Parts: sequence; C-alpha cells; structure tokens
Amino acid sequence: MIRTTPFHERLAPLNRTGLWQHWSGHLAAVKYQMDDKFEYFAVRNAAGIIDTSPLYKYRITGHDAEAFLAGVLTRDIRACRDGQAQYTLWCDDSGHIVEDGVVFRFSNDHFLLTSAEPNLAWFSDRIGRQRVLIEDVSAQYGSLALQGPRSRGILAGLDDSVGGLGFFHHGPAKIGGAAVNVSRTGYTGDLGYEVWVEADDANAVFDAIVDASAGQGVIPVGMSALLMLRIEAGLVLIDVDFHSSRFAYTDEERTTPIELGFGWMLKDVATTDRAFIGRDAIRRELADGTSRWRMVGLKVDWQDWDRRYRAEGIIPPKDEHPIVWEMMLYDDDMERVGYTTSFMYSPALQRHIAMARVRPHLARPGSRVHLEVTINHRYQTVACEVARPPLFNPARKTASATPAIASAITSAGASA
Amino acid sequence: MTASRTYDAIVIGGGHNGLVNGAYLAKSGLRTLILERRHLVGGAAITEELMPGFHFTTFSYAVSLLRPDIIHELDLVKHGYFPLLMPHSFAPADDGGHITLSKDRNLTIQEISRHSRRDADAYDQYGHDMAQIVQALKPLFDSVPPNLFSGQAEDALALADLAKHLKGLPQRVLHNIVRLLTGSAADFLDDYFEGELLKGLLSSSGIIGTKVGPRSQGSGVVLLFHNMGEQDGVFGNWGFHKGGNGGLTQVLARAAQAYGAEIKLEAAVSQVLTTNGRTTGVVLADGTELHAPVVVSALDPRRTFLELVEPRELPEDLVENIQRYKFQGTSSKVNFALDGLPEFPGLDGTQFRGFTNIAPSMDYLERAFDEAKYGWYSSKPYLDCCIQSTIDPDMAPAGKHVMSCFTHYTPYKLKGGDWDTERDNLGDTVQRRLEELFPGFSKLVLRREVVTPLDIERTVGLSEGNIFAGELMSPQLYFFRPAPGWNQYRTPIHGYYQCGSGTHPGGCVTGGPGRLASQQIVSDLARSGPAAGAAAGG
Ligand SMILES: Cc1cc2nc3c(=O)[nH]c(=O)nc-3n(C[C@H](O)[C@H](O)[C@H](O)COP(=O)(O)OP(=O)(O)OC[C@H]3O[C@@H](n4cnc5c(N)ncnc54)[C@H](O)[C@@H]3O)c2cc1C
Repeated sequence: MIRTTPFHERLAPLNRTGLWQHWSGHLAAVKYQMDDKFEYFAVRNAAGIIDTSPLYKYRITGHDAEAFLAGVLTRDIRACRDGQAQYTLWCDDSGHIVEDGVVFRFSNDHFLLTSAEPNLAWFSDRIGRQRVLIEDVSAQYGSLALQGPRSRGILAGLDDSVGGLGFFHHGPAKIGGAAVNVSRTGYTGDLGYEVWVEADDANAVFDAIVDASAGQGVIPVGMSALLMLRIEAGLVLIDVDFHSSRFAYTDEERTTPIELGFGWMLKDVATTDRAFIGRDAIRRELADGTSRWRMVGLKVDWQDWDRRYRAEGIIPPKDEHPIVWEMMLYDDDMERVGYTTSFMYSPALQRHIAMARVRPHLARPGSRVHLEVTINHRYQTVACEVARPPLFNPARKTASATPAIASAITSAGASA
Repeated sequence: MTASRTYDAIVIGGGHNGLVNGAYLAKSGLRTLILERRHLVGGAAITEELMPGFHFTTFSYAVSLLRPDIIHELDLVKHGYFPLLMPHSFAPADDGGHITLSKDRNLTIQEISRHSRRDADAYDQYGHDMAQIVQALKPLFDSVPPNLFSGQAEDALALADLAKHLKGLPQRVLHNIVRLLTGSAADFLDDYFEGELLKGLLSSSGIIGTKVGPRSQGSGVVLLFHNMGEQDGVFGNWGFHKGGNGGLTQVLARAAQAYGAEIKLEAAVSQVLTTNGRTTGVVLADGTELHAPVVVSALDPRRTFLELVEPRELPEDLVENIQRYKFQGTSSKVNFALDGLPEFPGLDGTQFRGFTNIAPSMDYLERAFDEAKYGWYSSKPYLDCCIQSTIDPDMAPAGKHVMSCFTHYTPYKLKGGDWDTERDNLGDTVQRRLEELFPGFSKLVLRREVVTPLDIERTVGLSEGNIFAGELMSPQLYFFRPAPGWNQYRTPIHGYYQCGSGTHPGGCVTGGPGRLASQQIVSDLARSGPAAGAAAGG
C-alpha cells in the first residue's frame, strides 16, 4: 500500500480533484483545485502550503560528522555555520553529479541532509573509519513548506523568531504548541520557509499555520504548481535537468557541477586542501576546459513565438505546464548547440522560458540561440536569448525585511 | 521651475494612454514631459486607499485588453507588471438559480449542462468562433489604421493590404465579423445558446459602458470589443492586475520614468499653443508656458479639438464631426468596503471569487435599459461586481474585503433630476439589489463610494462620463475614430497629436492608442518633422 505523509489527514479532504501522484512512495496531491494556475499564483502573490514530507531525510551525527561531509559533499560544509543550511551536491570520482540536496547544520557533529532519492547506502559506504552515524529519519519527520510573500508575516505571527531568519538559515521554533525547526528554504524561488516537525505533531502544526493564514489568500499547493515555480526559480530537478551519475549508462547522460551551473560552489577548488570526492576530476575539467555544457536560462522571443504560430493560423499557445523533455537548440548557422531540459510559459514573466544546456561559448547572457518547435507538424525555430538563472528572482526571496505591503499599490503619484 | 525648459514632446494627460505614449516617446530618445492635472497618474485607471487598508479601484477594475506588445516593448514585468487570474464568472438569479463559469473547462461544461445540455458544446463553439474572429482582427487592432480619405499612396497601399487580409479570411469568420460589427449581441448569442442565465451573462459584455441593450443593433461590436483582449494567450479572458488598475498605471509610470520621461502632477493644461498652424507648446492653468514642437493630447476628442485649441482654427467638418461624436456616458461605479464575504444562499463565498454578474437574463438587461432610454437610471441595474480582495489579498485587511460594482444603466443626463441629488439614491439602489441576492449584504458594508457619470467627468475629465472617451460604435471606430480622416493620431495642427481612448483602437485599458500614436509621431519625426494630418476630405 502506498504510504501517506504526516499531513495527509489534513490535506486529503482539501484535494477536490481526486488526483494524486506518487512521490518517493507517498501520496502527493497533483493539485487541490481544478485549475492549478491559481496555486501557482497563490505562491507568487500570497502564500502556498506545500507538503514536502516525502523528501528523504538523513540525520548525520558523530564526532567526525563535519569532516565526513566535507569529504563527500562537493560544496564546503565547513563554510556553513551552525543554524545555517546549504544547497549542495555530491559527485563521484569522475567529477559527475550523483545528486543534490540541502544540508542543515545544527553543530559540527549534527547535520540533517535531504535528498530526492534514497542515498543511505551511498553515504554509509563512504564512512570508512570515521566516527559518523547516518540514520534515515525520513518517516520520523514531516515537512511543510509555506512559500510566498505572506509566509514571513504568518510564521512570525506564530513565533517571532522566524521573522529574523536569514535566507538559508534555520532555527527552533514553537508552532501549534509543538517544537519544530523552521528553515528559510524552499523550492519556489520566493520568500518562503519549511517547517520540520515530528510526525506526531503534524496536525497541530498544520492547524496553527492554517489558522494564522486565514483571510490572506493562502491555499494548499500541489506538485503541478510546484514544478512550475521551480523552473522560474531556476532550481534543477533530478531525472529532468540532470541524471544521477550512479545510474547513468553513458557519460552523455552524466553532468558535472560546472556544466550544471554550480561553478560558484567551487571557486576555491584549484587551491583547496579539502579532499572531496570528485575534486581532482573537477580540477582537470577546469584546467583543460573540457566542460561540454553550461546550464543557462532561456527567454523566448515572444514576438517571434507569436509570429510563427500565427503565420500557421494557430493561436500561439501559452501554457504554464512544463515541458520536461528535450527541445533542441541551434546557433545562427543551424548547428545543434544544446537542448532545453525544462520549458514553460511563465505567467509572472509573461513569456516562455526554459532551463537549458548550451555549449560553453554560448553561455554568456544575451547570446542568441534558436529553439526547435513543431508547428502544424513541421519543425520551426524560434529565437531565444540566453539569460542568467533564476529568471524570476524577487528581492523578497533573500531580503531581510518584508517591504511594506501598501507600497506596492500606493495610490500616490509617480513624482511631484 | 521648468518654464524655460524646452522638451521634444509634451503629453497632456497622465492616464494610461498618456503614460504609454510618453514612455514610448522617451524610449525613442525624445525629451518627454507628461502633464497630469490630478495629484496622481492613471486617469480612469487608479487605485485609492479610501479607508486604511482598503484599496478601491475607483473607476476601471479589470484588465484584458492591454496590448501584449506593450508589456514587452516597455519591459513592464521589470517594473512590476503582474496580472492575476480571475477564478470565476458567477451569475446569480433571483429564484436562487446560478451559473458559474470557471477557468477549468470541464467544470464549466458541467455547470452549463445543468441548465442546458446543448449549451455545453455550443459554449466551446462560441469560444472557438470568437477566438478566430479575434485572431483575424488583432493585426488591425494593433496597427495604425489607413486613412480612407487622404488620397495618399501609403494609405492606398495600406487599404490594399487590408482588403487582402480580409479576403484571406475564411468566409465564416468574415461573416461573423460583419454580424458583430453591425448587429446585436442578442442575435449573435441566440444562434448558440438557449439558457437565459448564460445568455444574460454573455450578453452583458455587449452593453458595458454603452447606451445600448443586448437587443440593440450595435451591442454586437461592444461584445466583440470586450473579447478582443487576452490573458496569457487566452482570448477574451479578463484578469486583475496586482493592486488593481492603479497598480498597473503605477507600473506604466515607472516604465515611462525609467525611459527618461518626466511626469509633472497637478499640472493642468489650459491651452495648446499654436502659431501659423503649428504647435509650439502648452499653457498650464497657472499660466506657465512649456514649449515643445510635439504636443500630444491624451484627453478625449471633445477636449482635444474643442477645448485645448481654438475650434475656429480647425476644418469645419472636423469640428462638426467631433460635436456629433457620441459620449452619453451611461455607467457608474459603486465600491464597497466589506466586513466579510457576502453569501449567496446555498453557496459559500469561495464559489464566486472573481466576477459576479448581475444580469440573470437578456430580458433583465433590456428592462434595465428601458429606464435609461427614457432618462432615468435602472431601478434594477446591471452590475458587474468583483470582490477583488479574494484575488489579491493586499487589497484589504485580512478577513475584510473590497468589492467593486460597475453599474449600468445610469445616463449622464437625467430627465428631471441631477446626479448630485441622486448620488446616494443610486448607491441605495445598488445596495438594495445586492441585498436581494445576498441576504445580509448591507450589514457587511463598512463604507460605500458612489461614482456617477458626473463624477467620472469631473474627476477624470472624460466628457459626459463616457468610460471609453466616446462610444465604441461602428461609426466611431477604425476609419472613423474619432472622426473620418483623422484616425491616424494627427490633427490639422502641425505637431499636435492625439493618443487618448478616443483614437483607434478605442477605450478600455489597452494602451493601444498611446502606443500607435507614438509610432506615428516617431515616424513623422524621422521623415520630415512634426506633421499635420493629410488633407482630409468629406
Ligand atoms: C467607471 C469606469 C470603469 C471602467 N472599467 C474598466 C475596466 O474594468 N477595464 C477596462 O479595460 N477599462 C475600463 N474602463 C475604461 C478605461 O478605464 C478607460 O477607457 C481608460 O482608462 C482611459 O484611459 P486614457 O488614458 O485614454 O484616458 P483617461 O484615463 O481619461 O486619462 C486622461 C488623463 O488626463 C488628465 N487630464 C484631464 N484634463 C487634463 C488637462 N487639461 N491637463 C492635464 N491633464 C488632464 C486626467 O486627469 C486623466 O488622468 C472603465 C472606465 C470607467 C470610467
């Protein structure tokens, strides 16, 4: 029997569509109302409640926990302070990405690592003689994300310590009478938080958050909207934007951190004394310039898009539902130079956008590529501009204080 | 302080069209000044915080027709452009019946089928036919129309292109266009539908802002016009800009300023300066003179031609055409601050977020129109309501709401009465109507704002309170907006241009006039400097 998450009891009656999907062995709502676009808008304009409990959660403790993670994770965990979190990767010896996740640091001997896929064996097999304990605590905790411009006000109303959390910081809080951990993290690219709760406290925490959100346009948000939001946010998804090196058959399927756009994690890789898995291969890749790709954002030239469809007598489609199979990219000479991995029409940006891989020489923002589409069953290309992800990146995502709400809709004049 | 400063272009009126026009002119490199009479920009598209935390869309309240080109050409997303989706169109009836059209097609089909099974696929057919019509007309909507009367080669070419475009349309599409341009909304809709509630709801788009009933000839073109817009590529879809239409005009103002346009508030223009048939600038109400070789009026045609300049300097036929150009505003607004969500018996408030359309049948609309024909406002008016705080929570404090009610028919000229006396009575009439449908409504009212056609005229400057700066009827569209021969944004005065809703493509928050006028101005300047209209015949 498929499992349910700790929040299922509360969320199931809110799903008015009867649609569920499976996420790591759990039931997850595809959407709660017939039109998931409203769920998308709730996150961008109010806040959305997202059950992210199916994530794998590993508790990593022990005297050598920090040293262990410094050696297996690509990004330097030693730069992460207690009470902070890091988005991180782990690679294999050939410098290809195994997976990504978020690691929360409580102290130098206590971490929590989340991932989309099971990784217990992979990490455990690499402990060696270090004094480290890795436990799969996935079922013990639920996680509920509250994402969107209203999230801070709502959570800070429940426990004001949340109001002061910086981007990618976390800390203990009390919500609905339960001790929880709140992190300023998420998968939407917006201001947002994730609340980590003991499974038994899930209902109390859920009720408290729902009560505090009343009258503010906050609604539960399913997987479908979440997968739109993450593309605007430029956040990669395993098995869509990259594949685990562990389970790939060819190097063509594999990706390096540099190729996937994570060079920023590796600024000191040439000089660091930190020995981590994949380091030498990454050094070679950088030294020899052997990267095959760069992950970029694409902005589709909307006029060209409209023109091509209209010329064929078709109303130009503008569908926010992502296309997550590859669409080919060409340069001006019609050489194939890349492909999209995730593509959608972004309502917030009012144009089609994509996460894509292009040859490194085309990675500079402003470079032009041509996207292959089929219109009336014929191949055509539409002009696109390379842009730096995330394409949607509101100041509030990382800002330390919510700008006054009223300022957005002031009726005062533009200038005097 | 700017008395001595000269500009390349001065735009009169900081409504959305003036802002769009000024933004494009500035973007093209012209030193541009936008002059607005009031303390805020936006004109008929403003949001005002009338009570702490309660934001009212005083006049216009929804968006659809804003030209997509403008969004991108002026980089509006960067400045905060953010259109939200309206969840429903809900139409209640007095017998407790109701129909709700949702964004989800399957729900809509089910809901329509509850009333009539044949209307379900007829609704899809209607949507498809409309989409084809809009697709066919969009290129005309978004380009400077040819001048039928100029005798110039470029107009002859444009007319030939137009003929070619129309000839290329499928017969059914062209025929539908003609039916809509000349006929009634009722005749068009009757061919598809039988359900009264649905027809009441759909035909309402054929009367908005106009002194017609759904069975009047001419309501077809109003219906068409209100389907010409789009949201995220879906034609005919109406949305809500974050912060209301005032939120949108603030975005436009920021864009205009980012391109270098200067906006001066509380600067009413009293006169456009002309010497030897050329404009040289404007005079403000306080006597300040500001100079520029290009002056663009974003006001309505009556003000543009009969008030800002001396009509004696204009061709007689133009003056005559502007004098008989129809305004006869017929719409009002009643805006409420509410303590909670109104309830419709048997439904909870989450089921009518978005538009609530009070027009249970076409008969209802016709009866409402009857009273207006004879000089009074409807005792049971047509209302297009929207509880905007359910779409954008920033419009009202948590748990409280703002509700905008577009109210029709309320003729500008009352027979045997005046709006200063009737203002509150109109508010009562609307509130009573809402109480009938949503029992307990009045108890929720924290504050009420009544905006009559007279108030629209006084506050925004739209003559006779016509929301579109002149009716959107075929004799006042395309070749003829605002007057035959003067449909290309130029005027008989060199350098004096027009860009308000009284020019093509017309009223509503479209920005089309502002954008197309800027194209005309910029191309005139590139050729031979500020121009006057080509000699118009007729
Ligand atoms: C009640 C109402 C409801 C409406 N609802 C909708 C809706 O929901 N959706 C929609 O799309 N459209 C709606 N409309 C129509 C739409 O709002 C208008 O067609 C449009 O806003 C007009 O824009 P404009 O820029 O052409 O002119 P205006 O908005 O009229 O702008 C003209 C500006 O010029 C200023 N001005 C006037 N005289 C002078 C002077 N002498 N000197 C300097 N400045 C001057 C005015 O103050 C004003 O700011 C509505 C209109 C009204 C009145």
